Amino acid sequence: MSFLLPDAGLLFWMLIVFGIVFFILAKYGFPVIISMVEERKLYIDKSLKSAREANEKLADINARSEALLKTAHEEQARIMREALSMRDRIVKEAREKAEEERAEMLEETRRIIRMEKEDAMRDIRRQVALVSVEIAQKLLRKELSESTKQYSLIEEFVDETMNKHQDK
Amino acid sequence: MRGSNLFLAALLLHVAMFLPQKSFAAQTNSDTSAVDVKKIIFEHVKDAYEWHITTWGDKHISIPLPVILYSERTGWVAFSSEVFHHGEEYMGFRISHNGDNEGKIVEMGADGKEKRPIIDISVTKTVFAVLLNAIILVVIVLLIARRYKRKGHTLEAPRGFVGAFEMLVVMVVDDIAKPNIGAEYKRYVPYLLTAFFFIFLSNLMGLIPIFPGGSNVTGNIAVTMALAICTFLAINLFGNREYWKEIFWPDVPMWLKVPVPLMPFIEIFGMFVKPFALMIRLFANILAGHTVVLAFVCIIFVTMAVNTAIGSAMTVLSVLFTVFINFLEILVAFIQAFVFTMLSAVFIGLSQPKHHCNDK
Repeated sequence: MSFLLPDAGLLFWMLIVFGIVFFILAKYGFPVIISMVEERKLYIDKSLKSAREANEKLADINARSEALLKTAHEEQARIMREALSMRDRIVKEAREKAEEERAEMLEETRRIIRMEKEDAMRDIRRQVALVSVEIAQKLLRKELSESTKQYSLIEEFVDETMNKHQDK
Repeated sequence: MRGSNLFLAALLLHVAMFLPQKSFAAQTNSDTSAVDVKKIIFEHVKDAYEWHITTWGDKHISIPLPVILYSERTGWVAFSSEVFHHGEEYMGFRISHNGDNEGKIVEMGADGKEKRPIIDISVTKTVFAVLLNAIILVVIVLLIARRYKRKGHTLEAPRGFVGAFEMLVVMVVDDIAKPNIGAEYKRYVPYLLTAFFFIFLSNLMGLIPIFPGGSNVTGNIAVTMALAICTFLAINLFGNREYWKEIFWPDVPMWLKVPVPLMPFIEIFGMFVKPFALMIRLFANILAGHTVVLAFVCIIFVTMAVNTAIGSAMTVLSVLFTVFINFLEILVAFIQAFVFTMLSAVFIGLSQPKHHCNDK
């Protein structure tokens, strides 16, 4: 079984060759590959991390913009509400004012009408007095042309006056 | 699976050894063209001074390799192995055909017996294959490293061959080195990677049947021994104080250490057993794989020599089996590289014990 005995020459060569291969690969081969793999691993980890951060940032931005939108909506609603209430108030005020003015004018008109009426009444009364005095004058002049009639009229007046007093 | 592989190999070897003898007997021992399966297999799995590629008719096509020897008689000599082509002798050296040194270069000693030169560092077939594998491995790794350097880490992950290579690198680092060695794993990663890829590449190259492949590199015990020595160095050169304390003064009852250092003896024995197990495991697995494949291929020629009809039927079966075994061997190629690296990492991890006694 000679192949169970290691051959010295072959062992010698194998040690030398393997040693050289080991030296070359350990210096120029494997460290490069391993470091690159490591670096790529780190790079991938970093990229994943930054992607996650970017996603988070994006989500944050989304949330913020949504919040912004929401407040804007609220603001809009508030402004609308205010505008509506202001309109209502203005309309109400205007109506009240118009009402007041109308009432004032009405009052004024009434006052004027009343004054005019009083004036007219006063006028009429005066006219009536004058007319009645004139009528009375004319009547008196006509009636007093006869003495009997004068007496009877005087009596009539006196009676009337008396009755008036008695009634009282 | 390892055991069953070996068992299968042994079984087939026996079958293969007996079959030709039967056919020899049947053919009145005169037919020299009968297939000697044992010889074929042994010639393949053993080392040689030339790389025999194929035989075309009577012409041997092979790559001659340099022979480098040192002997008392001639001093340092170097020549091409072509000189031994037809069993000739050169400068008093020849290739032995029998005895302990069969297939090795020998010279005649003063006592008239064959003896090996003092130093034989010839570039044999296996040495040449080791060199080829080493060059291929270095080129592959340096090209990939250059690609990484050029492209940087910000580009997308590599695909195809580079991606597969990176996957294996990451596997060795993350699944073998990190969990087994612990905090100090970075120091050992280059060695583990080199060992893993060297073994894996050599295993795969061994499965390719023609020239740059097909050599039995990791199925040669000298090769696995060199690898085991490297692991032994990796384990013991950087072992921490706790490791050496556990070897020479372990936490056992006093009578196990003094006066007879029983436990230290066992521990020191263990130091050598660990890499020895690595050496034998890899060697036996790959040798068995090569043997099984060759045995299945040889069945074709053996049965053809007996009977053409049986031979034809067996050819189909044998090819099917060879394909199956080859697939299995691809798996074994990976598993053995993985196991060697994994166990190296485990043993290295054992040489870096933490102060667990104080923790309790």
